[in-house]
Amino acid sequence: MIFSCLSTLLSHWHRNPLQLFAYLSGVALATALWSGVQAINLEAKASYKAAAQTLGEGQYDLIRPKQGKSISMADYIALRKSGWLVSPVVDGYFDNIRLVGMDPLTLPSSFLFANSNLTNSISNNNLLESLITNKNTAKNLVTYTQVIFDQNVAPGIAVGDVSLVQKLLKYDKISYLIINPEQPLEQRKLKDIAPHLNIQSIKQMTDVSQLTDSFHLNLSAFGLLSFAVGLFIVHSTIGLAFEQRRAMIRSMRSMGVSLQRLIILVTMEMIFFATIGAVIGIILGYFMAGLLLPDVAATLRGLYGANISGTLQLRLDWWISGMLIALLGTALAISSQIWQITKLPILASSKPRAWMLVTASYFNLQMKIAVVLLTVGGFCAILIDGLIAGFALLGALLIAAALALPSLLAWCLKQLQKYAEAPLWSWFWADTRQQLPGLSLALMALLLAVSANIGVSTMVSSFRLTFTSFLDQRLAPELFLQVANEDQSVELTNFLSEKGVEVLPLMSTETTISQQPVELFGIKIGDTYRNNWRFLEAVENPWDTIQLGKAIIVNEQFARRTNLWVGDQVAIDLNFTLPIAAVVGDYGNPKGQIIVTEEIFSTLHPKLYPARFGIRTSNPTELQYQVINQIGIDSDSIIDQKSLKAFSMEVFERTFLVTSALNILTLGVASFAILMSLLTLADRRIPQLAPVWALGLTRSQIGKLELFRAVLLASFVVIFSLPTGLILAWVLLNVINVKAFGWQLPMFLFPAEYFKLGLYAVVAAFLAASWPSFRLIRTPPSDLLKVFASER
Amino acid sequence: MVLNLKAIQKSFRTNEGEVPVLSNISLSLLAGETLALRGESGSGKSTLLHIAGALELPDGGSVEIAGKNLSEMDDAERAAVRRRDVAIIFQQFNLIPSLTVASNITFQANLSGPVDKTKIEKIVSALGLMDQMKKYPEALSGGQQQRVAIARALVAEPKLLLADEPTGNLDEKTAQAVLEQMLKLVGETDTALMVVTHSQNVAARMDRQLLLIEGKLQ
Repeated sequence: MIFSCLSTLLSHWHRNPLQLFAYLSGVALATALWSGVQAINLEAKASYKAAAQTLGEGQYDLIRPKQGKSISMADYIALRKSGWLVSPVVDGYFDNIRLVGMDPLTLPSSFLFANSNLTNSISNNNLLESLITNKNTAKNLVTYTQVIFDQNVAPGIAVGDVSLVQKLLKYDKISYLIINPEQPLEQRKLKDIAPHLNIQSIKQMTDVSQLTDSFHLNLSAFGLLSFAVGLFIVHSTIGLAFEQRRAMIRSMRSMGVSLQRLIILVTMEMIFFATIGAVIGIILGYFMAGLLLPDVAATLRGLYGANISGTLQLRLDWWISGMLIALLGTALAISSQIWQITKLPILASSKPRAWMLVTASYFNLQMKIAVVLLTVGGFCAILIDGLIAGFALLGALLIAAALALPSLLAWCLKQLQKYAEAPLWSWFWADTRQQLPGLSLALMALLLAVSANIGVSTMVSSFRLTFTSFLDQRLAPELFLQVANEDQSVELTNFLSEKGVEVLPLMSTETTISQQPVELFGIKIGDTYRNNWRFLEAVENPWDTIQLGKAIIVNEQFARRTNLWVGDQVAIDLNFTLPIAAVVGDYGNPKGQIIVTEEIFSTLHPKLYPARFGIRTSNPTELQYQVINQIGIDSDSIIDQKSLKAFSMEVFERTFLVTSALNILTLGVASFAILMSLLTLADRRIPQLAPVWALGLTRSQIGKLELFRAVLLASFVVIFSLPTGLILAWVLLNVINVKAFGWQLPMFLFPAEYFKLGLYAVVAAFLAASWPSFRLIRTPPSDLLKVFASER
Repeated sequence: MVLNLKAIQKSFRTNEGEVPVLSNISLSLLAGETLALRGESGSGKSTLLHIAGALELPDGGSVEIAGKNLSEMDDAERAAVRRRDVAIIFQQFNLIPSLTVASNITFQANLSGPVDKTKIEKIVSALGLMDQMKKYPEALSGGQQQRVAIARALVAEPKLLLADEPTGNLDEKTAQAVLEQMLKLVGETDTALMVVTHSQNVAARMDRQLLLIEGKLQ
């Protein structure tokens, strides 16, 4: 009996292969988009974890220079002689691989114990001549041949002895020192031995995985949105398959198949196909992730300095999460259909109209749910503070808009029908209303895709405008350079003052203020700052107050994290407090910043000198040549304004490359949903269109009307998407960005971009409707006549 | 006794309130007996047929099929009765569109176990469907679909065969031929038959006739 029932249920798919294709591809696309994003996230997180384990990051206090990025060997030796148990680390890039030099003899024993595999590799091999890395990384280490393979070393990292790494990097200094947790009871203070060095405690360190959480949450949110859009195809196909099988189900039940057995078999059947779709989706997702991963890796390195492996590994948890979400999504789509079967009497009509009436009553329910969702989402955003609440608001907004769409469309069509005088148009509007239930899910998917596109493109374009203007303000000097030491700094200052050009020296150090790790800057206030910088909030004539040393500037990130704004006092140091005169926008930087005059900075950190300079010059190329040749500044330490802006913009564009790719994919999936809905509905259309054909419309006219209907409905969707997308953009700019990155951006509108997006959506709907319409035009009259002969 | 209906009551809820469809209907049918149920449209014939076929439950009264009281059964048990003891020929055929004629005919019988191929061939041949076996229902005419529905019901070897206007879609000549075959096959298997029909000719071929007027048997 089970075999008979199953083969009967499966016969539907055999007779409707297109529907099966739509179902499988819906599940596959949804799973691909979700699992692709998850693969990227998991790979990145695994890389952070592996790197932390390999290098002991976040496990030990470190000694770093207050300024610059290197510690001299002399400082290291002085510390060791004074009883400090510290171990040197050299960190740099070689062949695009992070090269980390360590000294096994001085590393804390707990580090060696925790990295037992690495320790074995170190002790069993001559580390003085070899690098230890995993096989994948080794492939890229082309210029160095003595490599020991160890799969426990994090991807993208090669570990070697300090001296070897120094040799390879052509670097005679140390990047930082690891402080052994076990120190002698009595030792000289660090500030007495090396006052220019600083202890960075574990608490002060910004964990890369925490720093990148927002980025991954963003990716997950878009992955989920894409998954939802894909799921609309699944929902739509399942709905149609159940509707078309209503006659079969009625017959099976009337012939003695119990409801319970039928439900079990239908569920098994759908889950079986969903599993196939999910497996295809996971494989597709793997390839998609492989394509996107290099860009994500570049973004993470550019934005957060986080290194992730550029190659993808197949991970069990990723497979499981992909399968689970696909099956859960399918189960959700099936459950409403099964619920309908249980509620309908055995002999309920199997005609589409009956199905549509049931569905039509759902439109009202959907509208009510939309209102509830919007209310709950709004309350969430008001009452709960945090990124999750922001995403809850976004989710509620999008789902509510999608749920409300069929009711809004039905209302619009009703109004149009009311004013239609010609019989053809009267029929057209009525017929379009009748098509709504069958098309509503695909249209909802299109709404989500277009809204997301409008929302995200508004955010990205607003961000781009703000960022470009921000770069113009911040990168006003024509040349930027960095000196290697204090002597060079003095020499450069003298050289430039002789030239009579405006110089903007910059002193900086990392410190902790108001319990926040911040970068403290000392600047020389001049015309460039006064004329270019724009503040988000400021007192009157802020530069005058700051120049007098009576106030400071903070960036938005610091202001938001500490909730200290203009007028509030900030304790810069013990017994030294200054008010905030201005808050400055600082985009693309995760850290808090405080800016004071160079005088205050020098008082606080007398040993530090200006290491970075901005120079105003009408001939940057000539000046660049001179400082290289006369002062001996390394050419890698000089960059002109144009190149720096180009680099910053490249980082910016790469940051949103993945988001844009997901957006385009989402729009593609939504178009596919429309195509699948129209194709699977095509057979049902013949009995509805045959009477109109018999009454005098040609097949060609009917086909054109079908095309017009698709374009019209897509246009309505675009119109409804516009306010949804703009609200989405507002939430992204004013809630999500603020919570995730610590900055708020002004919102700009881009009508031309929206028009272009709308046009894409309408063209996509037109293309999707073309094939079903063409098929309809080519339907032989004999097929249409069958409708009247009761032979269908 | 194959079918025993006692004091059947049934009404439907509409926007205007409760509409009684069947009032105090009692009837019984023995093995091999044939019965015609006649009445105007809306008189409750089909509802009575559905109750007799374990498709619907009455609001009051009792239904016994092959000695089994349906009111004491759950959905799965009633499904088992439909599977083993009853076959219904619907006015709209209720064929499964995605199955071939051959699979449609054997579907119900297969639910209860393997089917004797000789018996299938005999019924199919008697109903003139031998050339249609590989076709799908959509490729058949109304009359052919009706014969497939009859074949499906007979192959299942039910104790009780219920038919709702079994020849309603057929021309007079075909209707006559199909009815002859149906009665012959029913007679050979000692099956009880209840036919809902408007046709005087069909009704006249049954052992008994009952008239249903406004939900009451006359």
